[in-house]
Amino acid sequence: MSGASLSLELRSLQLGGTTILHALKLAPAARAWTAVVGPNGAGKSTMLRALAGLLQFEGSLNLQGRAWALVPARERARAVAWLGQNETSADDLSALDVVMLGRLPHQPWLAPASAEDCSAVEQAMRETQSWDWRGRALGSLSGGERQRVLLARALAVQSGVLLMDEPLAHPDPPHQSDWVQIVRRRVAVGAAVISVLHELNIALQADTVVVMDGGRIVHQGPPDDPATHAALQQVFQQRLLILQVQGRWLALNS
Amino acid sequence: MTGRLLLLLIGSAALLALGLAIGSTGWSPLQDSDPVMRQILWDIRAPRSIGAWLAGALLALAGAVAQGLFRNPLADPYLLGCSAGASLGVAALLFMMGFSPTATALALRVGMTGAAFVGAIGAVLLTLLLARGVEQSLRLLLAGVVVGVVLGSGSALLTLMNPDILRAMQAFMLGSTGFVGWSAVSIMVTALLACLLVALGCSRSLDALSLGESTAQSLGVRLAMVRVLLIACLALATAAAVAQCGLIAFVGLVAPHLVRSWGPVTHRGLLLLSPLTGGMLLLAADIGARWLIAPQELPVGIITALLGGSYLLWLMHRRPLGLGSRR
Repeated sequence: MSGASLSLELRSLQLGGTTILHALKLAPAARAWTAVVGPNGAGKSTMLRALAGLLQFEGSLNLQGRAWALVPARERARAVAWLGQNETSADDLSALDVVMLGRLPHQPWLAPASAEDCSAVEQAMRETQSWDWRGRALGSLSGGERQRVLLARALAVQSGVLLMDEPLAHPDPPHQSDWVQIVRRRVAVGAAVISVLHELNIALQADTVVVMDGGRIVHQGPPDDPATHAALQQVFQQRLLILQVQGRWLALNS
Repeated sequence: MTGRLLLLLIGSAALLALGLAIGSTGWSPLQDSDPVMRQILWDIRAPRSIGAWLAGALLALAGAVAQGLFRNPLADPYLLGCSAGASLGVAALLFMMGFSPTATALALRVGMTGAAFVGAIGAVLLTLLLARGVEQSLRLLLAGVVVGVVLGSGSALLTLMNPDILRAMQAFMLGSTGFVGWSAVSIMVTALLACLLVALGCSRSLDALSLGESTAQSLGVRLAMVRVLLIACLALATAAAVAQCGLIAFVGLVAPHLVRSWGPVTHRGLLLLSPLTGGMLLLAADIGARWLIAPQELPVGIITALLGGSYLLWLMHRRPLGLGSRR
């Protein structure tokens, strides 16, 4: 699952005639967790979708040095996993069926699940502690439970790049910590993890923080760098209180 | 899943036997040695019962495909104006060539299915054009309603302009299994097998699509190809059923709902179980239509509309959030 690299060089991205993103470059490092933060409407989710090859834009997107459009769809799907927000409606599938869909790019057409698929699914579901509900319909789960099943679905792809849009909208604090540990384990085996986060305190635990505002990347840097803190203050109208507590950086509302 | 499949198959077989035994004179035993009776059995009741089951299966398959493809639990062949387009195609054919109830030759049947298919495809494409793609579910639904109403009035206009086809079109609009012969059965069997193969081939893509278009795309699903295949499948299934049995409401909507109410199911299961359920529903309704006011006969479309309407009402009151939004 290691070694996949994604690089985005975007000149501009328009949706419905409005320019959402201006010129920007992003090449998330392998073996690193990149957190994208910024105020509402900064273009964070749009940039993540561009990175996942889900949107048309002026510029280029490369996977392993090859142009995105030239890589076969299944190969792309094995290399880059995507976890979106608020788009599920798969209420009638069981949790196990949902996670098994993560193995779709690995399975030949119409072939039944292999032993490898089953073990990848079980591992992903145990990792997100959702194995116990594998027989339940997705529609019968709570928001947080559902989010853990969907995270397992993305993990089951076992891709080198993992893109997540606001994965922490539903989980409670203990499961947020679990999420950070899952991300760290993925990074340790060589994956590049990129997540859009509203939770600044979680984002400040990442390896790299990408600060966005007005459709541009304002700053990229490690979370303990004063320049990163300055960029955060700038995009959040100087209304943050950035502190170090027990070796960790926290950003509070001032 | 295997258990449910077996149960539905046994149920279908039992209903078929019942369909053979019940006629305009009420209950009549199968072992009748009278040659006239045997002829009634083989030339009228058998194709009619099998035909009713097949039409129900086709409509239910079309409904399951539409609900999966458009990720809308209220989708069925009537959304998208598909049925209205099919019936306009049939009306146009009847308008041009005139119609007699005895003209049930295979050529005419093929012609009617073909005209219905052209109408159904045209209606779906028109709906997609008006909705500017399938990305917006609500716009798609509204466009489908508009197309359905406009094409429906087109059929009505053609009928009014040529009073000779009035009776045929009336039976057709109400939905009736009375004209189904062996030629119609063979067309519906072919269409059902073809549609089932295509739909089952796309079943995992439909599962992926239920997680959202972005997720499906990120899993390597070729959305454009899957859409073209499934829309063709939806149109063919609807056209085959509508051309033989007329406008039969609600089977396409209710059958997939029933299957889902039995527990979590993948699209492979849904696409297999829905046609069996739909076939049983329509065959049961057809037997009821023959039996309730025998020797007179009710148009089966009236029974399915009554049953389907009450089922939807019940569903609406039981799960106020289940139908409108799926969150």
